[in-house]
This record gives sequence, C-alpha cells and structure tokens, in this order.
Amino acid sequence: MCRECDALQKVPSLSRGELLACCRCGAHLRDSHGERLHRVLPLTIAAGVCFVLANSWPIVSIEVAGNRASTSLLGAILALYEQGVPGVALIVLLTGFVAPAAQLVLLAYALSSLAAPHRLSGISRIVRLLQALRPWSMAEVFMLGALVSLVKLAGVARVIPSIGLWSLSAVIVLTAAAHAAFDVRGYWERARATQ
Amino acid sequence: MSTIESAMSTIESAMSTIESAQVLSASSLGLLGCSVCGELNRALEFECGCWCCGAPLQQRKRDSLSRSWAYLLAAAIMYVPANLYPVLRSRTVAGAESHTIMGGVVALWHAGSWPLALLVFFASIVVPLLKLLAMTLLLVSVHARSSWRLQERACLFRLLEFVGRWSMLDIFVVAILVALVRLRSLATIDAGPGALAFGAVVVLSMLAAQAFDVRLLWDSAGRNERA
Repeated sequence: MCRECDALQKVPSLSRGELLACCRCGAHLRDSHGERLHRVLPLTIAAGVCFVLANSWPIVSIEVAGNRASTSLLGAILALYEQGVPGVALIVLLTGFVAPAAQLVLLAYALSSLAAPHRLSGISRIVRLLQALRPWSMAEVFMLGALVSLVKLAGVARVIPSIGLWSLSAVIVLTAAAHAAFDVRGYWERARATQ
Repeated sequence: MSTIESAMSTIESAMSTIESAQVLSASSLGLLGCSVCGELNRALEFECGCWCCGAPLQQRKRDSLSRSWAYLLAAAIMYVPANLYPVLRSRTVAGAESHTIMGGVVALWHAGSWPLALLVFFASIVVPLLKLLAMTLLLVSVHARSSWRLQERACLFRLLEFVGRWSMLDIFVVAILVALVRLRSLATIDAGPGALAFGAVVVLSMLAAQAFDVRLLWDSAGRNERA
C-alpha cells in the first residue's frame, strides 16, 4: 500500500541498492539497503556525545577592535528571551534544541528496548513520536543559519568558528545517518522476532 | 494472534486481485494502511490499532481539509507583518538601522555575497510564498474534485513538505546575530517584531502541510473507488 495515494501494489523483491516507488504517484515506498538497524544505536550515541559538545561550547566568536563576543545555541536563545522576544526564543528552543535532543534520546530508548526481554511500555507511542518529530528537528537549518550570519559579519568583524560549530556539523551528519538506517517497518519486524 | 492472521489472509486475497492491471486502493477493498509503519489492516478492526505497531488507525487524517485551511489562512495573515515589520534592528556608532527580510537580502547583495543573497532570498521569500500558493492550489483542487495533473500535484506536495523547514533559516540567523553582536558601545542588534511573525508563518505553514492528507487528492478525483 502506498501511504500517499492508497494504491495497492505488489512489492517485488529488491536487489541491493534499489528503490521502490509507487506505481501511481511516484512516492518512495521502500529501499533495500538490507539490515541496517544494528548501525542506528552506535550512530545515535555518537550523535548524542557531539550534541552535548555542540551545546557546551560557543558556536562562533567575533572580534571587533579588541572586543570579543561569542555565543552558543542556548546563549542565543537566552539573548532572544532577554531582549523581549520570547516567542522567537521559544521557536528556536523547540526546533533547534528540544526536538533534536528528544529525537536522539527516544531513538536510543527505542533501540535499547529491542534488547530487553519484555516489550517496554509505551514503545509504540515513542516510535510514533519519533516519526512526528522528524520535520521539527532543524539542526541542519540552524547550521546553515550560523554560516549565513558568519558571512554577514565577516565584513565588519573577525569571525572565529569554534568547537561548537564543528560538533554541530558532526551531529547533523550522524543524526542523518542514524535516521537513514532506522526504518519503522524493519524495527517492528525485529521487535516481533525477538519478543 | 488471530487478528493478525485474519488481516494477513485479507491482504493475501487483496493481493490476488491486484494481479489485474488496474490500480486498486486500500480503502476500496476494506483495508486500511497504518500511517506509521505502512502495514495493511482490515478496516473493520481499526479500533484495535495497527496489528504491527499498535498505532491508532484512521481511514484519512481527521478533519484534514478544514484544519489545513485554518493553518493556511493563519499563515497567510501572518505573512503580511512578517514582511512589513523589521526582523532586525541594529544600533551602531554610525546610527540605528532596521532591516526587513527583503532588506536583509538586498544588504547581502550589495555586500557582494550574491550566492548567499540568493539562498536567503529563496529560503525566506520565495519558499514561504510558494508554499502558501501551492497549499491553496492543492486544497482548492481537492474541493473541486479535480483530476488535473494528479501525479504532478502529489509531487508538488512532497516538495512542499521537504522544503518547508528550510524557511526557518532566517529565524536562526536572527538568533545568532542578536546573541553575538552585543559589543556594548560599538554595536548591538535586536530582533524586531517581524521575526516573530515570520517564525509563525513558517510553523503554521508546516502545520498546514502536515494536516493535509495527500490521499485526498486521489480520493477526490475518484481514483480510489472500486470501478
């Protein structure tokens, strides 16, 4: 069944690297990268470590005439809040910090529950939440935003990208890889097989 | 276990019907696809949730059209202040300046970084506007039960869903600039009221796209009824 147009179709067996698209609307149905679920947990943990690093160091610093200023993601949120735009601060907090963090935590929980002897409570709700969080987690958009503002400031100040920026790029790559390897159908097949 | 087996047998009988070349929809055969894992369920047993992952089942997203219209209208209303009010106010030794979104693009262009100006122009002006127009087109076409370019419209929706989040770019730029440029006497940058409106446009138009059920395109064109 195609999730986007409801057309039923037979799924042929795919050889490695093939993609299957809906015969009517062309939506992506399935790919055949084989069993990749085992890669998700290590990728998630690595992304989690980098996420902590990315948020404990400043992302960028600038230097103008001997004055130095730097900011981290949380610092930026706090600055927005203090300047009287709590609405914008909230949007940035949710999409730039809470959603990516929640995604990593939930992913780790869902995967470690595969190793548990009994199905942990609420796991099906968590997998659903993971799907729903996906569009709202905008670490990569934030990264691009950071780069744009660096270029904007480059004319008037000396800009120094710092540890936070490098860790943030690692977070983006690792999270994307973890998500690419996490497939809900495969997850439930595995869960049924082990429990 | 018995529900799983009965679901499987229905699916198998449905599969044998598919052998005929005509495309059949799940709904016309009394089947229901799970929106989370994609497994097929029997529509009669929808109250039990998906047999595979336990997610609640729905034939189509609830009140899809009216919720989508509501978010879309709200986004369209916010689009006006988002472009009229400044998103950034900077105070330097040279004087105070405020920038609207378009002003920011122009400033980038004049500063000579035109690839970046184009990027911001697309992310914050073209994309939100196209999203509003495209969502309107999709909703109107569902109401009109149109079967015009169904495939292209389905593709348009996928594009819309993918590209929507990138409009948040400008909000993040504002966040970083505000936090970074606080050099006491030299220069400070504040966020303007336009920033909140713009953030609201992005969030609301994302919600509009999420509330929209693409399958309605095919339903309304009569492609999902049993011939």
